[in-house]
Amino acid sequence: MPFEARRWPVWRQVTGGDLLGLGRTSTSTLTEMRTARTTTADRVATSICPYCAVGCGQLVYVHQGEVTQIEGDPASPLSRGRLCPKGAASRELVNSPLRELKVKYRRPYGTSWEEISLDSAMDMIADRVIATRDATFEEADEQGRPLRRTMGIASLGGATIDNEENYLWRKLMVGLGVVQVENQARI
Amino acid sequence: MNSDCVVVMGSNMAECHPVAFQWVVEAQKRGGKLVHVDPRFTRTSALADLHIPLRAGSDIAFLGGLIHYALENQRYFRDYVVNYTNAATIIDERFLDTEDLDGFFSGWNQDQGRYENRTWQYRGGSVWAAAGQRTAPPPQGDGVVVAGEVPFEDPSLEDPHCVFQLLRRHFSRYTEEMVERACGVPADQFRRLAELICDSSGPERTTCFVYAVGWTQHTVGVQYIRTAAILQLLLGNMGRPGGGILALRGHANIQGATDIATLFDVLPGYLPMPMVQDATDLDGFCRPHGGAAGGYWGNLKAYLVSLLKAYWGDAATADNQFAFHYLPRLTGDHSTYQSTLGMVDGTVKGFFVLGENPAVGSAHGTLHRRGLRNLDWLVVRDLYEIETAGFWYDSPEVAAGEVRSEEIGTEVFFLPAAAHTEKDGSFTNTQRLLQWHERAIDPAGDRRSELWFAYWLGQRIRERLAGRQMDRDRPVLDLTWDYPLEGEQREPRAEAVLREISGVAADGSPLPGLGALRDDGSTSSGTWIYCGAYAGGQNQTARRRPHWEQSWVAPEWGWAWPMNRRVLYNRASADPSGRPWSERKRYLAWDAEQGRWTGPDVPDFPVDRAPSYKPPPGASAENSLPGDRPFVMQADGRGWLFAPSGLLDGPMPTHYEPQESLTRNPLYEQEANPARQRFLRPDNPYHPTAGEDGADHFPFVMTTYRLTEHHTAGGMSRFLARLSQLQPEMFCEVSPELAELRQLRHGGWATIVTARASIEARVLVTARVTPLRVEGRQLHQVGLPYHWGSRGLVRGDSANDLFPLVLDPNVHIQEVKAATCDIRPGRRADQASS
Repeated sequence: MPFEARRWPVWRQVTGGDLLGLGRTSTSTLTEMRTARTTTADRVATSICPYCAVGCGQLVYVHQGEVTQIEGDPASPLSRGRLCPKGAASRELVNSPLRELKVKYRRPYGTSWEEISLDSAMDMIADRVIATRDATFEEADEQGRPLRRTMGIASLGGATIDNEENYLWRKLMVGLGVVQVENQARI
Repeated sequence: MNSDCVVVMGSNMAECHPVAFQWVVEAQKRGGKLVHVDPRFTRTSALADLHIPLRAGSDIAFLGGLIHYALENQRYFRDYVVNYTNAATIIDERFLDTEDLDGFFSGWNQDQGRYENRTWQYRGGSVWAAAGQRTAPPPQGDGVVVAGEVPFEDPSLEDPHCVFQLLRRHFSRYTEEMVERACGVPADQFRRLAELICDSSGPERTTCFVYAVGWTQHTVGVQYIRTAAILQLLLGNMGRPGGGILALRGHANIQGATDIATLFDVLPGYLPMPMVQDATDLDGFCRPHGGAAGGYWGNLKAYLVSLLKAYWGDAATADNQFAFHYLPRLTGDHSTYQSTLGMVDGTVKGFFVLGENPAVGSAHGTLHRRGLRNLDWLVVRDLYEIETAGFWYDSPEVAAGEVRSEEIGTEVFFLPAAAHTEKDGSFTNTQRLLQWHERAIDPAGDRRSELWFAYWLGQRIRERLAGRQMDRDRPVLDLTWDYPLEGEQREPRAEAVLREISGVAADGSPLPGLGALRDDGSTSSGTWIYCGAYAGGQNQTARRRPHWEQSWVAPEWGWAWPMNRRVLYNRASADPSGRPWSERKRYLAWDAEQGRWTGPDVPDFPVDRAPSYKPPPGASAENSLPGDRPFVMQADGRGWLFAPSGLLDGPMPTHYEPQESLTRNPLYEQEANPARQRFLRPDNPYHPTAGEDGADHFPFVMTTYRLTEHHTAGGMSRFLARLSQLQPEMFCEVSPELAELRQLRHGGWATIVTARASIEARVLVTARVTPLRVEGRQLHQVGLPYHWGSRGLVRGDSANDLFPLVLDPNVHIQEVKAATCDIRPGRRADQASS
């Protein structure tokens, strides 16, 4: 048999013990030069998929301060290592160049975003909360029954964030007298 | 996995929860059957042993038909029904059914548009509900507050006023012929399903129901689930392996956000939020909210005091009733749709949006965006700049030239959020399982966690208010707000918050569980149902023992509330004497020698309570329930076939048409749920419904759904390249018959029209949507995925813009699974002309 024919992939598959061509015979030099990101990670954090409420286990691979890969966790009794297309896209969710990095501010009647520091934004938001709360605070109803609240502020969201975050947020809102606190469970 | 039959209804589980669906496939491998009842044929249907298409909005008629079948053919599980449900309980003889009043129950107040539930009570007693509208009318005459035993019952189930007979009568006309008329399901197909479900239930077998928002997003959503609950109780499928009713929820922590309560009407752990008319003293508040009832809710005061201690620490003392007066008070429905109308009307000035996208995800998006335009200030925290943040320059209204940015006065703060990989914290999954995720890296730039945001905003506000000496500021200044801060970003330690949620004793040691909670201020716990999540000073939610190293119940993976119980009400897996109903369905059993319940799960029952236990006189809370009452949250320890309290729209489910329907109600003169929440205002028009003038203008039924590759309102998927490539464009699904009728071309454009909005979509002509015969006429349905908006890598019109605000009265959830529309070929007017 001529040399060229012996390089023919099907010949190599049949004679090389790799009938389906999924192993060594389909490996190129480029493939051999590659290393799986899961093997080079400095650390692996245990995690849970952030999309739906099935709660599939994830393993987050970190290399030099970057998330380099997110895989299903085979140890999970719920998911046994599997992820759906969304869960499998989690790495892009956290690493996408479209993801926002900086605070953006739009002044009333403005036509574009402006940059402000996180610190000033936090100060400004605190001032807005206090001003709106003061302007709309209800101590009691017309019969004198206590209300201790503001109907001038509302909050929406919670189903995509942690229990600890929901708990602390609601605690702050109750303290302020903000009663219109809601999340995705309402839709 | 352990089910002999899985009925998926109101969900497309294979596509929307694919990883959970592997367990349905496992059940099938073990010989179990899968049934899919859904208007569309999907990948769930493709794997099902039986797919039944039905008319969107007709599920109560369908499930009611199954109840009728089980009752009339003696297919119910009699021992279970007599002992574990309230079938034998006698109801007040003044109760009148929808059969008597043509679609109304007794107690309807036409002027107020609501029910008064006095006549729904047990004879000789008042019963508080474990969920929903918690209060009940005070008992009359020599009546009692039900705690354990009920005043009157008939275990033979023959008394005409007993629940069992009322139920039979109520569903007597829900026959297979009626199912055919109302749902468009042929009688023989229906009978096949009814036989399958009944054959797959009983001592030896179990059936489970699986649902998602296809059941909840209706004006009778709660009653949909009630109908399934009644059926499952009749068939003995609750509290047993392979049984139950499983909700498939759509967000990673939607269960936790509900539990720990970013909802206006409940405090953490489903404690009721006080209303203005409630008593202002703690005892006066607790008693009518279940504090005097049987079952675990009888401990309401201990749970509430522990929460007040967690919130206000040393400022909550016995002398000031543990700062109960610090809680703000409600005056009605303050749910998100009311807030939206408040924005439109100018009463709501400031708005926080944390990881949600109402401009796309909520019904009547046009109204939401109008609300956003009318705010003083808006704070949006998200990973990406979603539609709710960019509404002022990028929205359908701005694109159409209806408004200009220069005219919108809202001040907008967009704050980038940390991702799940950048913070510690727990999610609670759809089966109540808390699982911890670790911070893998610190968030970059201005990205921060919500924990950071809540803590530091609170800190800034408290600093500003500290000098004011105003009484109204005490609740926020007295909050316990002392958490260890970590790292350069000074992030509050999430485990410290979990520790507070779980709870501590007076000496600061972590509590072992909710049984330790006291009403004297000696314990604190931020969420009583999560008490024990930090037992022993260990983060129980972070446990990750591989499944191959433990039993199939996997109790050492995460932590399930309450008390790490995996199957709720699992006492019902054994018969009244404590023996398993069958070896095949063995789960918990009473071990007389050891004097305790044993099995692979934590008993959802006092662990050492013998089946023969009879409560001594004066026993309260869980101690008032006999040893053979598995439903420990209920005042009488029984599963409710008939709900005397808790629901605003009737003690038993009734078929009503959606707000917008093409058919008259085939059962009653009353067309739709009389108690549904409507908003009659010019910016929220409803279509005429069947029989009214103009109903022909909107001759088709529309329903919304999700796709595997996108996530809810798209904020976590439309900005991702791979997911966007997989599902690049908004489309509508129509049958070949409807395509011919309206001249819609596969791959071409169609415009879907309602009185709220017109949206355009690519046309997908498919036999997966079949026209149904309902009430003698052909009924066409249009399927609409709702993920798209004006931003992201792939853009498209939002299906939710088409829908009106009309809500379930119990939970204020909108009806977007069934409404009417028109569909026409071509793009919408402003696109076609450009």
